[in-house]
Parts: sequence; C-alpha cells; structure tokens
Amino acid sequence: MNLNATFIAQIVVFLVFAWFTMKFVWPPITKALDERASKIADGLAAADKAKTNLALTEKRVSDELKKARESAATVRGGAEQQAAAIVEEARAEATRIVAAAREAAQTEAAVAAQRAREELRSQVAVLAVAGAERILRREINAEVHADLLTNLKQELS
Amino acid sequence: MAAEQDVTQHSVSAGEYIAHHLTFLNGTGGAQKDLIDFGLINYDTVFWAVFIALSGGFLLWFAARRATAGVPGRFQAAVEILVEMVADQAKDLIHSTESRKFVAPLALTVFIWVFLMNAMDFLPVNLIPNAWTAIYAGLGHDPHHAYMRVVPTADINATMGMAVTVLLLCLYYNIKIKGVGGWAHELVSAPFGSSKNPLFALILGVINLAMQLIEFCAKTVSHGMRLFGNMFAGELIFMLIALMGATWTGLNAPSVFLMLGHIVAGFAWAVFHILVVTLQAFIFMMLTLVYIGQAHEGH
Repeated sequence: MNLNATFIAQIVVFLVFAWFTMKFVWPPITKALDERASKIADGLAAADKAKTNLALTEKRVSDELKKARESAATVRGGAEQQAAAIVEEARAEATRIVAAAREAAQTEAAVAAQRAREELRSQVAVLAVAGAERILRREINAEVHADLLTNLKQELS
Repeated sequence: MAAEQDVTQHSVSAGEYIAHHLTFLNGTGGAQKDLIDFGLINYDTVFWAVFIALSGGFLLWFAARRATAGVPGRFQAAVEILVEMVADQAKDLIHSTESRKFVAPLALTVFIWVFLMNAMDFLPVNLIPNAWTAIYAGLGHDPHHAYMRVVPTADINATMGMAVTVLLLCLYYNIKIKGVGGWAHELVSAPFGSSKNPLFALILGVINLAMQLIEFCAKTVSHGMRLFGNMFAGELIFMLIALMGATWTGLNAPSVFLMLGHIVAGFAWAVFHILVVTLQAFIFMMLTLVYIGQAHEGH
C-alpha cells in the first residue's frame, strides 16, 4: 500500500502501450473489419443482382423456346403442304403418262389393225381375182370383165 | 495455488510467509518504510507490467499484421471480437469521432493489459517467487530477501498510475473540448448552477468547485482502488489457500483434511477468479471510457 516511483513508470508504460495500440494495432484491424463489411455488402448486392438476372434469363429462354417451337411448327406445316403438292403432282404426271401410253398403244393397235385389214383386203382381192381368174380363165376375158372386177374390189373394201 | 511445503518447513510462520509474499522487490532488501517514497521503485511490478505489455502488444500486433478482409482465422476472429466489443462501447460512450481515434485503442490497451496482469494470479502463488529465490541465491544474495510479486495489478502503484493517467486524459479532454474558459466556467457553475446575486454566485461557485474537485478525486481513487483491492484480495486468498496444503506433516487426519481443503478451495477460488479477473478488466476499461466520455459533455 505504499506509493513510489513505480507509479510514474506505470503511467509511462501505459501511455506508450496505448500509443502503440493506436498506431499499429487498431487501424489494421478496424480497416479489415470495415473492408469485410463492405465486401459482404457487395456480395449480397451481387447475389441479388444475379438472382434478378437469372429470372430475366429464364424468361428470355422460355420466350426463345416458344418462338422456336412456333417456327418449327410453321416449317413442318410448310413441308407437309409441299410434300402433298409434290405427291399430287407426281400422281397427275403418272396419270398423264399412263394415259399417253394407253393412247399411243391404241393408236398403234388401230394402225396395225388397219394395215392388217388393208393387207388382208388386198390379199383377198388378189385371191378372189386369182380364184376368179382360174374359174374364168376359161370363160371370162379379163379385159371384158374389168368393170365387174373393179366393182367387186370396191365392195370388199 | 499448489503450495510448496518447504516454506513452512524452514521454520517460517504463516504470518512471515504471507508478509514475505506481499513484499515488493524494491532494492532495499525489505518492505518500503515510508508511505510515499519516490526514491524507490518496485522492480517486480515494473518488470511484469512491461513484460505483459510487450507480450500483449505483440499478440495484438501479430493479429493486426495479418488481419485480412477475407475469412478470418480463429486467432484473428478472437482479436476482432475484442476490438469490436471495445469499439462498440467507445461509440456508445464517446461521441467525438476525433477523440475515439485515441480513446478506443486506449480502452483496448486497458482491457488487454489489465486482463493479462490480473491473469498472473492464475500462476501457482509460489512458482515464480520460488524460482526467483533460487536465482537470487544463485547470484550470491541472501535468499531471505528474494522478494517477488507477480501480479502488477495487486500493486497500488500500478492501478493508481493507470487511474491517474485516465484523470490526466480527462483534464486534457475537458480543456480541449470546452476550452480553458468553458471548463473553468463549468467548474464553478456545475452541478448546482449559478445565481444572478453576486453573493450567492460566489457561495455556489465555491460549493460547485469543491464538489467538482471531490468528484475528480473520488472517481480516480475509486477507479484505481477497486482494481487494486480486488486483485490484492484475490492474491491474498490464494496465499491463504496455499498455506492449508503447506501444513502437511505426514499422512495423518489433519494434514489430509487440510490438503483436501486446499484442493477444493483452490479449485473453487481459481474458477471464481476467472470471473473476477475478466470482470475487473472490463470494469476498468468501461470506467476509463465513461470518465473520458464525461469530460466531453457539459454538465
């Protein structure tokens, strides 16, 4: 309980220690605390912004998806129409070709029949003349009966 | 806390043991004779106070040097909690940002330093004194004069030194904030106010000034004495507890009983002292802030 110079020494040490703390301890720690606080505030703000951005992006993605689906539907509709048209055209073409072929075949057949008939007719005429010649060689003069033969020929055509 | 039995075996009575442990190392080879003698200095108090200031300062500096705004480690977080606590208290009690630049670190210094000085009480009461006795004897001195007190805050010089430093800071801030005239006016007009009548004004002025002086004295003395009283009493009780085990005379009923008492009481007091040590450091810091805060405010 006695006072002595320790008292003075304590005052000096106290002030020096306080000065040291003020100079080298307090500023770096409070600076770190303040920086961390602002970092956390920034982080929270960034998180909020990211959340908003995410919502916006999701909306845009769904819009794009909808648009793409619509355009795909349009393209598919067009393609179906075009395909139907192509099929239709092909069918018409085929019908036309078949018709033409049939016509050509008929014409050809008619021509062939005509020619056969002509041939047949001339052969029949020749045969008739030959037959008649044989019969009439003896009795008919070809020159005399020329009119008769021509008539006959015409009748057979 | 653990008693070294040899103390009493050298035919030293309990009274002598306590007295020896309560004597400072001041170079005179005994206790200080006069109540006030500025020719003497307690080497043990100064040594431990400076040693603890250096250790505590180094710890704080170490934390501050590596402090980052990123994720803090445990050590950094612990120091940050302290700083935050002190900063919050300072913000509540001192409204001047300019003053806080010095006073807040001062309060942190007070808390750390007083806490660590108080915590010296947790070392076994005879550990360092006995080591010092051995060193002292080894240096060729009389071991009976090997005094060593390890708790600086159980020295009234240390606690009053700090309390008076706070008083000086209060006076400094009174003058800085209010000006010499403003403060002088406050000294004679608060707390009872003044009067238009010159005679009453004079009487009130004298009473006010007396009250102010008493207030400053009371604040400073109670500030320093509170810490000193608590730590002195704590140290003394550790010594008394140590005396119980020190009466060991062999395996007999009284010795066993006292040894058990020593263990139980030592444990209980040490646990309770954790509270006292922390609380007294906190109170000393808070009063420092309160008093300096009062110096900033007009009555």
